[in-house]
Amino acid sequence: MRNLTAIILFCLVLLPAPLLIQSDFWITWLTLALFYAYLGQAWNLLGGYGGQFSFGHALFFGTGAYCTAILQIHFGLNAWGGFVLAAIAAGLVGAGTGWLVFRYGLRGSYFALVTLAFAEVFRILANSFEFTGAGVGLLVPLQPGFAQMQFETKAGFFWLLLALVGACLLFTYWLQNARFGARLMAVRENEDAARALGVDPFDTKLRAITASGAIAGSAGAVYVQLFLYIDPNIAYGPAMSVEALLVPIIGGLGTIFGPVLGAFALHAIAEIGRLAFGDAPGLNLVLYGILLVLMVLFLPNGLFGLGKVSFGLGSLRRLFKGGAHA
Amino acid sequence: MLELSILLPAILNGLTTGAIYALIALGLTLIYGVLHIINFAHGSLLMLALYGVFFLHSLFGIDPYLALPIAAAALFAVGYGLQRLIIGHASHGKDENILLVTLGLSVIIENLALYLWRSDTRTIDTPYSFEVVDFGVAFIPVPKVIAFFGALLVAALLWLLMARTDLGRAIRALAKERQGAKLVGINVEHIFAMSFGIGCACLGVAACLLLPSFYVSPQVGHAFVLVAFTVVVLGGMGSFVGALLGGLIIGVTESLGGLFLGESLGQLGIFLIFIIVLLFRPTGLLGQRA
Amino acid sequence: MTADKSVSHVSRRHFLAGTAVGAAAGIVGFPAILKAQPKSIKVGILHPVTGPIAPSGQQSRLGAKLAIDTINANGGISSMGGAKLEPIYADAQSKPDVGAAEVEKLNEAGVSAIIGPFASGIALATTQAAAKHGIPHIVDVGVVDQVVTRGLTNTFRFGPGLSKIVDTAMENLVTLNNQAGKPAKTVMIVHEESAFGAGMAKTLNEKLPALGFEVVETISHANPTRDFNNIALKIKGRNPDLLIPSNYYNEFVLLARTLRQQKIRPKAIYAVLGGAASQYRFVQEFPDAAEFVMDCNHWFDPRNPVALELKKKVEAEKAFFSYEVFLNYECVRLLADALERAASADRGAITQALAASGWSNHFMPYGPTKFVNGQNVGAAPVNTQVLNKDIKVIFPTEFANAKPVFPAPKA
Repeated sequence: MRNLTAIILFCLVLLPAPLLIQSDFWITWLTLALFYAYLGQAWNLLGGYGGQFSFGHALFFGTGAYCTAILQIHFGLNAWGGFVLAAIAAGLVGAGTGWLVFRYGLRGSYFALVTLAFAEVFRILANSFEFTGAGVGLLVPLQPGFAQMQFETKAGFFWLLLALVGACLLFTYWLQNARFGARLMAVRENEDAARALGVDPFDTKLRAITASGAIAGSAGAVYVQLFLYIDPNIAYGPAMSVEALLVPIIGGLGTIFGPVLGAFALHAIAEIGRLAFGDAPGLNLVLYGILLVLMVLFLPNGLFGLGKVSFGLGSLRRLFKGGAHA
Repeated sequence: MLELSILLPAILNGLTTGAIYALIALGLTLIYGVLHIINFAHGSLLMLALYGVFFLHSLFGIDPYLALPIAAAALFAVGYGLQRLIIGHASHGKDENILLVTLGLSVIIENLALYLWRSDTRTIDTPYSFEVVDFGVAFIPVPKVIAFFGALLVAALLWLLMARTDLGRAIRALAKERQGAKLVGINVEHIFAMSFGIGCACLGVAACLLLPSFYVSPQVGHAFVLVAFTVVVLGGMGSFVGALLGGLIIGVTESLGGLFLGESLGQLGIFLIFIIVLLFRPTGLLGQRA
Repeated sequence: MTADKSVSHVSRRHFLAGTAVGAAAGIVGFPAILKAQPKSIKVGILHPVTGPIAPSGQQSRLGAKLAIDTINANGGISSMGGAKLEPIYADAQSKPDVGAAEVEKLNEAGVSAIIGPFASGIALATTQAAAKHGIPHIVDVGVVDQVVTRGLTNTFRFGPGLSKIVDTAMENLVTLNNQAGKPAKTVMIVHEESAFGAGMAKTLNEKLPALGFEVVETISHANPTRDFNNIALKIKGRNPDLLIPSNYYNEFVLLARTLRQQKIRPKAIYAVLGGAASQYRFVQEFPDAAEFVMDCNHWFDPRNPVALELKKKVEAEKAFFSYEVFLNYECVRLLADALERAASADRGAITQALAASGWSNHFMPYGPTKFVNGQNVGAAPVNTQVLNKDIKVIFPTEFANAKPVFPAPKA
């Protein structure tokens, strides 16, 4: 229940943000943080709960992005329709790779490397074919308005992403309490033991990668409407894969709020770096890297591990009371 | 297109390029084999080594091949220090932490290089830059011929080190059985750091052999790191002979793939081999079953 | 930054003094005192100074910085009481999404205009983000045609777009070939696989056959490509009269070096937006491989004294005088000209002034600026050739300072 309250509270607190915050910069900042939280949630489902570390989530993100862009440009499909089909297409790619990879029992770093290779294969293919725009990439026409998922104001994208992140939070909440979640976590802890208990690891992991892929694909569809441009490197390059895994690991693997926390923390760190060394190219990212290493050294369980005791609502209240006394 | 006059030189080119891949992968496979970590900072460390060799040449006029012992020693020190001071403390029993820490280190190293030395591509000009060896069917640039034999030599030396020295025995013991090695009195921290250091020293050697025919920029590591992973997997994680063989195979595959499918699409061959090996023989060509 | 802070500090003190006086002498003195202290005009300088295309981004920033320093040293914008340009630097990190986010930040900072962001992919995102706030956005390079064909009224591209560059390159190639008695018939294209090289190759393949050239093979390669020996082999096998490379600096250097090693000498290497062919760094570091290489690219009027003076200044900073530098330098001056005429830091006024721009005091071989749908229609590339370890202009004749050497002499 506590988690459910926290989810509702989180959404309610952020909901009026575009009305209260006048600054477009901060709205964009929040929107992007939510976007990466959403991508991280997709990864967390497979990596955090299922224990399958993917280095190639760009595979799903890119498939979703290309799917919606191609359908929109070549077939004039509506962006919302594209969004749904993007999730389906990326889910299918997830199912396909999952079937192949899990069938042959790849785990650990082998699984990580094979997903990386799949993303590279798709990047090379996207680079070589006419209908993906090859190296030139695809440019989605600018059609502001709700109908094409390109909102007139910044608030539109913010609310869309907040809704998606909120939905994912609820989904993860459900997962933690559902039988499927229990099976998935059993597989993460020990596959052989899970099998002994009657859990089918192959089937469980396959479902997880399909769902994870579908969510990452829908993130790709949103990205395309947000920036109206996609090319093979943005879609399938390693940058997006790294972003997808950093967010939940920093935030707290296999936790409901981990990806959200991680995304906001990483974005804040990047912003601090830019504020501190904006005019010295490189130094800002050095600071980012240093903070990353320090977090790993001193917060081995992610940010969520830090607040595990004091993060519940009750302790939060205590925290505020303490503050009032001081 | 299937003329022998183009096929043979393409294979020769693939072998010499593959030798460079093997050199870079040798360090990676050692680190993976012993520490079981996927070292994301490998590319950045290669870049650091290349800058070292570049500055030795441009500031002190030291030929890259003569800089070899300096570069190897310096990179060994960097690697030993990194493992002892940072990476070794990061795991807290979790593999993902090591992954993050090497990722963080690569971000730091790369951007520090960008800040200190700007983003310009730098090259060196040596008297032998444009020299070639005539193999009858093809001209192969002298630096690539040297790199080819250099890779063979380094692989052989590593193999000797592992097979014939106490250090090598300790490393192998640690790679096989961590707890057992601890019990017989092996200083685990030290041996881990030695392995990481030797892995990095290989990069120092690779940098000396690579720079005369290549360039250096803060981003240069990205060009090799994925291929190096492929080579390590193909050869079998932890196997030197495997890495050497894997490098040559990948080099030739890339070369022939480029010939038949075009340079852009031809890269596909590398990753298809990678996936197929992972699926059907995850221990690689010469790796041992875990 | 510190200099600017002191300015605002002084103006604040003036302001307080003004109110004190105002309290005594009525409200009349108030505006006069404000006017006496020219405000600075904030300009967003947005480039990818980190990430894969950082080399170009950093060169671009240098060019913009030099121009702003010069304008400020010469008394700022005189129609605005000597107001200084205040650069606000932003880093797109070689990613379109970061570029768009940086536009938001620049908007918050209150910039009057944005200059940048070098790459086409980033330009598509930043111009759109700037359009939402009505910020005039001068595109420095971003050659892909769509940058100016989306009907964004805030976007102004000073330099030529891809189609214009290819058209000019083809026109000059035909002239060159005809003048030499048509020695070249077969062509091979080697291009990088991303937006710019792939787009270029596509257009070249459409145009070359109609001009009487046979494209014997088109090779696309990845970035980075680690080894060019196989591509060299193919070139050797096909033995084309002309080689048209279109790639980034690193790949061009490796390609040129490999061609030299393999002793491959086509009648001409005729680059279109070649990554290195008109870069002084390449010419200096590999004079032998660079000799006789031709390029159709952004270039300055080689007889213009301002350009030559700037070249010296850039070299004094231990940098190379590349197209990123001088295009950004001129984009800042284009903005300064618009500011002089608008006499206002208002975004709408600047946009109008840019749209009506007829600026001719620049050192590019363009003629007076004239923007149609955001594209400076006079903008055109020129043809250069590396001759005697220097980069000379060979076309168009009114700007040329050397005669082309074609076909290249055999070793």
